[in-house]
Formats: sequence, structure tokens, C-alpha cells
Amino acid sequence: MLELLWLIPALPFAGFLVLVLAGNLPRAAAAVVGCASVGLSMLVALGICIQFVNSPPPGDAFTQSIWNWFETAGLSAGVAFHLDALSMVMVMVITGVGFLIHLYSTEYMEDDPGFQRFFAYLNLFVGAMLVLVLADNLVLLLLGWEGVGLCSYLLIGFWYRDSANGRAARKAFVVTRVGDTALLLGLFLLFAELGTLHIQDLLGRASEQWEPGSGVALAAALLLLGGAVGKSAQLPLQTWLPDAMAGPTPVSALIHAATMVTAGVYLIARTNALFELAPAAMLTVAIVGAVTLLAAGFAALVQSDIKRVLAYSTISQLGYMFLALGVGAWSAALFHFMTHALFKALLFLAAGALILSLHHEQNLFRMGGLRKKLPVIFWTFLIGSISLAALPLIGSGFYSKEKILWDVWISPHGGPALWAAGMAGAAITALYTFRMVFLAFFGELRTDVSHRPRGRVAFVLIVLAVLSTIGGGVELPHTFGHVTFFSDFVGTAIETQVALPPGLDAVLWALLAMASLLVVLGTLAAWYLYVKAPGIPERLASSPAGSALHRLWFSGWGFDRVYEALIVIPFRTAARINRRDAIDFIYLATAGLTRALHVVLSETQTGRLRWYALVLTTGTLALILIAFIR
Amino acid sequence: MILLWLIAIPLIGGILAWTAERWSTTAPRWIALAATAVPLVLALTLWDGDPGDFWLAEFETSWIPAAGIDFYLAADGLGLLMVLLTFFLGVLSVGISWNTVPSRPGFFYFNLLLILAGTTGVFTALDLFLFFFCWELMVLPMYFIIGIWGHENRNYAAIKFFIFTQASGLLLLIAILGLHYAHAAETGVQTFRYGELLGTELAPGLGMGLMLGFFVAFAVKLPAFPFHTWLADAHTEAPTAGSLILAGLLLKTGGYGLVRFVVPLFPEESAAFAPVAMALGAIGILYGAKLAFAQTDLKRLIAYTSVSHMGFVLVGVFAWNAWAVQGVVVQMIAHGLSTGALFILAGGIQDRLHTRDLNAMGGFWPQAPCMAALALFFAMASLGLPGLGNFVGEFLILLGSFQVNVVATVLAALGLVGATVYSLWIIQRVFHGEPRESKGLTDLSLREITILGVLAAGLLGLGLYPKPVLHMSEPTVRALHETAPPPGAALATGQPENPVAHAVPPNERVPTDP
Repeated sequence: MLELLWLIPALPFAGFLVLVLAGNLPRAAAAVVGCASVGLSMLVALGICIQFVNSPPPGDAFTQSIWNWFETAGLSAGVAFHLDALSMVMVMVITGVGFLIHLYSTEYMEDDPGFQRFFAYLNLFVGAMLVLVLADNLVLLLLGWEGVGLCSYLLIGFWYRDSANGRAARKAFVVTRVGDTALLLGLFLLFAELGTLHIQDLLGRASEQWEPGSGVALAAALLLLGGAVGKSAQLPLQTWLPDAMAGPTPVSALIHAATMVTAGVYLIARTNALFELAPAAMLTVAIVGAVTLLAAGFAALVQSDIKRVLAYSTISQLGYMFLALGVGAWSAALFHFMTHALFKALLFLAAGALILSLHHEQNLFRMGGLRKKLPVIFWTFLIGSISLAALPLIGSGFYSKEKILWDVWISPHGGPALWAAGMAGAAITALYTFRMVFLAFFGELRTDVSHRPRGRVAFVLIVLAVLSTIGGGVELPHTFGHVTFFSDFVGTAIETQVALPPGLDAVLWALLAMASLLVVLGTLAAWYLYVKAPGIPERLASSPAGSALHRLWFSGWGFDRVYEALIVIPFRTAARINRRDAIDFIYLATAGLTRALHVVLSETQTGRLRWYALVLTTGTLALILIAFIR
Repeated sequence: MILLWLIAIPLIGGILAWTAERWSTTAPRWIALAATAVPLVLALTLWDGDPGDFWLAEFETSWIPAAGIDFYLAADGLGLLMVLLTFFLGVLSVGISWNTVPSRPGFFYFNLLLILAGTTGVFTALDLFLFFFCWELMVLPMYFIIGIWGHENRNYAAIKFFIFTQASGLLLLIAILGLHYAHAAETGVQTFRYGELLGTELAPGLGMGLMLGFFVAFAVKLPAFPFHTWLADAHTEAPTAGSLILAGLLLKTGGYGLVRFVVPLFPEESAAFAPVAMALGAIGILYGAKLAFAQTDLKRLIAYTSVSHMGFVLVGVFAWNAWAVQGVVVQMIAHGLSTGALFILAGGIQDRLHTRDLNAMGGFWPQAPCMAALALFFAMASLGLPGLGNFVGEFLILLGSFQVNVVATVLAALGLVGATVYSLWIIQRVFHGEPRESKGLTDLSLREITILGVLAAGLLGLGLYPKPVLHMSEPTVRALHETAPPPGAALATGQPENPVAHAVPPNERVPTDP
């Protein structure tokens, strides 16, 4: 079964090729090709996963080389796949969630004129994402990395008629490419120092050759972090993600929540040995995560567009993953990646169904009271929200978030300050999540329902609701349940784990209780502010300080305006001023001077003898004069 | 002998096409197609050779013995790749102008074929006088193509092109003669042969002067900042086939010259000059990208992207390690394909709408989906998407240059962000946005789809399996490095470096035992 590994990325690529080259297919055929390619890929992945868990290959990893991509002067990059527990988790989430979202899209996009194009892009994305997580060298990883960036661009700008969508798409591509440039330089540095770009070799050599805390390790880790920050929409390159909501909602669910944006998390987890050699880089990762999760959480509190709330919440949850990575809690980060992929995909898809039911209305303040009208959407959205808010015991988000918070507390890289940021974030998460739930589904009805989800949409929502409820069961805290299936599995790929010191049970119980209390308080606050006394938020927002803060948060802390003023406008101005290319004026001036000389000299050729005689005499006199003076 | 045919067939074909014009309007293009396709096949037969044997083909006969001038042609892996590119793009340029030459098709194809003959000579001549002869042979026909079949402002563009190339050609001639006399003074042998001129000992000032003569000539052709200003006008005004040849081949002669002549003939001078050249390259990358973004004329925009892409070549040549030089080879081929394709698309739009103004475009996707999809593909190639040829070139160049000059590499890498900005801008301005009524905008014809499809396949092949190309150019790179060792030679060859041995000539070493 393991030999079929190459099929996992090859099938979606094949689907893409068929959809692009086959000309205009009937919708049903395009849907079948689009779904079947990813569905088959998922089945192959499932088979491989079962075999991988039951009888792990030697060394807990399997490598398959397809062809030698390029090789010159000691640089060798193959199209070769490396499967270990880390990539296995990623592959399962990508193909599983990917398939469900393809299925959902067959109904969601059914009236769209670009139906076939949509599935082509979506297949290409899944293929590229699988290459990213399976690549055994960093050059191939980069191929997947840029490939998913391309698909993100294509799908954000899918409805290309509106130039705002085009702008959002270009912004996403360009901003992430800034991070990619850092990643590229990181690759060059690693190759110059270690002489290989093969990931496993490189990590081995780095551990042998580099002292912990050495400058070169720090530089390399920070450059990789630059790439991760761009792709995973962390501060300061997070600005593209809220605008990326211009794309169709299934795209937001798949690319901008469940899979692509976690590529940065994957990259850091994959190169964990490198980061462990650079404690300062680890700390940077943790701080970036903590600051991002808080900043994005506050921004999510005041958005009125339901998709933008979810977008900021994605940034914030990715911040949790970065926080976990930064303290060395690798398996906690991956655990949260997995649960987040399930419940955030669910939330986006439910939101998409909701938006479609309301004539494309996305404004939360024009929704309300939809609990009874749209029961399937309400219940599934509620289940997703419970997970996102991490309400105690029910929902997988609780288990993954608690694990992160604990690990931050006990890890030698962590500490109370980072933990406190995570705790504050948990309360904010509960508040903005249930603000969304109460605004959309409670209170009075504001917009009529025009359309109800049918079979495939409802089916996908229910499947995801079930998965995001039970998904947390693969890892339960040791204070109750004590299931360590997930961390044991990930532990086969990443050896260093946050060790649990003995005798901390009482502390852990206390942490658990505090976190749960905060989450419940946040939920109750949301209920009070948006159901019981809905005038309070308005009054807060209309006070001078409140309205300033509201504007700041609403604009996502004003990053866009700063970048606009510091980079975009100067660049545009410089481009406009120098459109005609100043360098060319040097050559034009030379030509002009030559021509002017020609005019002057030809004026002197009058043909009159008296004039020539005069010039001749004057010249001679001048020469004699000069001779005398000297 | 094959090499002689590679030059003779286009020359003969050109004359035939010109004469055939009198009795038929369609005959010239068939003759031209044959005169490009046959050499392409002939050149492909050389591919079988083992590049490890080094010269895959040679042709030699005495020309002007009194002055030591030989008619000496030879192709190694690098030369063969460039010759293949020449005839590959030659066939496509005949195809793209198939029924779009408004007047005097015979004379048009005569000029086109003359350029191809000259280019082939440039890529294979190993006698510097012959090289110069072929170098000049390319210029005049291109002047005619721009000046006769160009667009509105063609006279200005043609004259500008001519003056720039002639002025730089003069420098090249002086530098070649200077090298010739310096070699004759040193050894008493009068020769223009590349192999014998290698390793000529030159006084420091003279060496630098001669190196700069060669450098400026090639930098104008490349074109490198600040010699790039002729390019925008020439490209904008040239007919589509002219732009294709200009971008795909004429610019490559500059890059080829840098690799083949500048660094090997003047290793020390080049090493000293490398920081300046790499800085110029990095500036060209960023400046070209910025200018491209600002343009409202589609062809002018694409022309400036060439300045940006060729900056990578300059950076790579002067980084001079195996990765960078291999990257330069791939970059030259990939740029020929991707930018050539973009010019074909721009030309296709101009033929349909009679404008190049971006402000008159937008929303073409529904009307011309094939054109849009292919434009997207080539825009992605142009921004360096992995999996397509340009990525391999740029990646290898930057990987190599990083080990030599970190600052220039960082600046050059930022050019990739610039490339993203302008490439996506093309797609946005032409194909995205609200569809507008554009009379006459039809989708690509089968002929255009075939030509662009071949180019796309080439880029995909180069991007996913560049091995044959790298394999072909590898012995050349190795040989060039024997003449002019790369900086930090230990890293590239795996040999332990002995800095003392490099710094001090053997006879000056201080004896350790008194």
C-alpha cells in the first residue's frame, strides 16, 4: 500500500489536467472529475494511514523517489516524497476536509458560470498542498508552497469581474511572496552552510555542525519564520487574510482556514530541530503567536461581516498554533491544527450556507432569529462554535486548546506571560464566537430566508459537525481519560515533546478550571451583551474612546493604512513619476546636444566671404593675444 | 560541416525567399519555414553527441591568413543549446508572422533569416574576428525589420536601436583588436582564435580597459542597467516576430558573450569588477520591475520585464560558480520562451484591437478564455513559479550568488516580489475586471494556440525536467571554470582550498627551510 504514496498528490493533479484540457464538460461530469480525484486520493491516503499506524515502516518513515528534478554541482532536488507521522496527519486532513469541501461545492457553486474552472483550481490546490507536506526536500516544498499561493490567488479572484476581488487576490499573492522571499533566502543560507536541501539530512547536519544558540542557526530559523509568517497570516504579514474572504466561501473554508494557512505551522514543525538550535527564534515564534492571537481576537470582536469574524478568528487560532510551536509543544500545535481544520471548515461552510440562504447577505447585523428557520445550519454552526470557543468537555477545540495552554505553562520555553496571553485569548475567543452565534441566530428576524441547504450541503455539514465533536477524542488529558494516541503518533516523527513533570496534577486541574471558567464567562458575556442587554455594545462604541478603539479594531489595527502609506503609495508615486525612465533622458540629452551643435555650426556656414574673413581675423588676433599673455 | 550548413541554409533560404517574392506571395513563408526547420533538425542530430567530448561539432577553414583570421566554428553544449533555441524560436517566428506581414513578405523573411544566420554565427564562432562579423550581421536586418514593418514610431526606435548597438559594437571591435595586438606583442603570434587568446597576460590597466570594452558591448545587448533604454522603444515598435527574435535571441547573445568571453578572457579583471556588475544586475532587476509596473503600453511593459529578467543573468555570470552559471543558461532559455510568448500574446491583441493601450483593455476573460488561460500561464512563468523554467534559472542563479554576494542576492530576490506585482498587473488590466465590448476580440486561432502551446510545453519541461539542459551545459561550465576558477573554488568542486597556493605564485613562495 505504501508504494501507492505517489498517487495521493498525483490524482488531484490528474483531475486538474482533465478539467483544464477537456474543453467544456457538462456540469455533472466536471463535478464527478473534481470530486472523484480528491475522493480517490483520500481513500488511498486512508489505506496508507491504516497500514502506517498498524505496521509502521522501519524508522517510522517511508520515502519514495519519483524522478530527479534537478541536479547540478552537488545540489540535488528530487521529486521525492517523505511520509512520516507529521505528513500523515497533514495528508489526512487535507484529503479528508478537501473531499468534503469539494462535495459541498458541487451544490454551493451549481449556478456559477465558472463551475469547471472552480473545480480545476480546487484540484490543483489540493495537489499542490499535498506536495508541500510530502516533499522530502525544501525545493520541492517550495514548489508546493508557491503552488498553493497561486491557487489562493486564483480562487480569491475567482469572481474576477469585480475589481475589488482582483485587488484582494493580488494583495494575498504579493504579501505572501514577501514572506516567500525570506524563505527562499533561508534555503540559500541553509545550502551554503550545510550543503544540502534534503530536509532530513539538513536537520541532521544542523544538529551536528551548529552549536545551540549559534548565529547562523538563528538567522536560518528566522528566515524560515519569515516564510511561515506570510503564509500563515501572522503579524506583521497578516493583512491579506481578511481580504481573502472575497473568494467563494468553500475556498475560505479549505484554503484560508483548514489547510493552506497552516503551511507555516507545518514548516516550523517540520524543521523543529533547526528551531531548537535557536532558542531566540523559538521565543520569537511564541511571541509572534501570542501577539497575533490577541490582536486578531480583538479585531474579531467588532467585525460586522460574518466571514471577516471567521477570518480574524482563523488568524487568532493560528496564533495559538504558533504559540505552541514556540514553546516546543509540537504535538499540541498539530493537534490544534487538526481540530481547527475540522471545526473552522464547519463554521465557514455553515456560514456559506447561511449567506446563500439570505441572498448573499454577510452582515451579522442584518441577520438574526434564524434559529428556527434554518435548523441544520444553526445546529451545525453552534457545534462548530462550541469547539472554537473551547467550551468545556464538548467539542474538540477544548481538548486541543487546553493542551496548548498546559504545555505553555509547563514548557521550559514557555512561562506565565505567554500563558496569560493564551488565557486572555480564550476569553476573547468565546466572546466573539458567541457574539456571532447570538447575532445571527437569536433575536428578531431581519432578513427573509430565500433558499435552504439541500442534500450535499447538509450532509457535509453534519459529517463535519460529528467529526469536530469526536475529533478531540484522539488525545485526552491525563487528568481524565488519559488518551495519548495523537501525541504518541506525532512523537514518532518529532521526538522532543513537552515532558510532563510528575506531581503537577493539582496545578493542571487548577489551570483547567481557570481556563474553563474564563471561557464560560466569555460566553455568558456574549449572551448578556447581545441577547439580554443589546444596547450596551452600541453605547460602548459610541463613547469617544470606544469609537476610536472600534475603528482601530475594525480596521485590524490599521496595518493596511500603515503599509499603504509606507510602501504602496511611495512605490506607485515613484513608478508614476518615472514612467518615462529618467535614464533615457541622459541619452536623449546627448542626442539633443549633438543636434544643437549641428544647428549652431551650420549657422556659421553662411557662404559670405566677408563673414569668413572677419572670423579668420578675430581668431588669429585672439591666438596672438593668448600667446602674448602667456 | 553541419555548423556551416546551419549558417548557410538560412542565408540561402533568405535569398530564395527574397527572389520568390516576385512570383508568389505565399512562397516566401514556405521557404522560410523550411530554412528554419531544416537547421533545427540538423542541430538536433548533434544532441546525440556526448557533451563530455566537448566539441560536438567543428568546422574550420582559413579565411584571411595574413591577419591570422580563421573561419572557425565550433559548438560545445552551451553553443548547441543556444543554436537550438535560435532555430526553435526561428520556426515559431516564421509561424507567428505567417499571414500578418502586410507588405514585401520576401524581404521580411530575408531579414529574419539573416538575423538567424548571424545569431548562429555568434553562438558558434570561436574566432573573435568572425564573431564580430556575425555580431554585426545581426544588426542591420533587425534595423530593417523594426524600421519597415514596425508600428507608429518605428523610425525613432529603429535608429535608436542601431546607434546603441553600433556604438557598443565599436567598443567591441576596439577591445578585440586590443586583445589581438596584446597577444601578438606577448607571444609574436597573430591570432584571433578564442582558445589561444585565453590566458593572455595583460597589464592591469589594459586588461581592465579591454574587459570593459567587451562588457559594455554585451551589457548593451543584454541589456543591463543603465544601457537598457533602447530596448523599450525597439520592442514596442517592432512587429511581433521582431519582438520574439529580439527578446528570445538578440538579448541572449549578450548573456552568451558575458559567459563565453568576458569572464574567461579576463578572469582577474572580472573578479575585481564583479561587485559592480552584480550591483548593476540587482539594480536592473528592481528598476526594470518598477518601470514595467508603471507602463500603460502592453508591449512596453513586457519589454521592461526583460530588463528585470536579464538582470538575473548579469548577477549570475559574475557570481561565476557552477550553480549560478548553470542558472544563467536555464534563465536565458526560459526567458526566451516566456517573454517571447508574452510578446506573441501582446501582438495578437494588437492585431485584433489595433491598440496596445492597457486603458482600452480589461475583462477579456469571457471573450477569449484560451488567450486568458495561456496569458496566465506565461505570467506565472514570468514571476518565477516553481515548476516552470524561469524558476529553475532564477533559483540556481540566486543560490549561487548568495555564496558570493549576499547583499546583491537579497536585492535580486526582492525582484521576485516585483515580478509578482507586474505579472499580476498584466492579468488584471487585460483579462480581469468587468467585461467590455471589444469589437474584433476573438479568441486565439489554432495556429496561435499551437505556437503558444509549444512554448508552454517547453517551459513546463524546462521547469520539471531541466536535467537534459543542465547535462548539456555542464561540461562547458566545467571547462570555463578551469580557465577562470570560480570564487571560493573549494565549495564548488569539493576540493579543499589552500588559500596560500592561490594567493602566491609558486616561484615567489618563501622557502620554509633557510
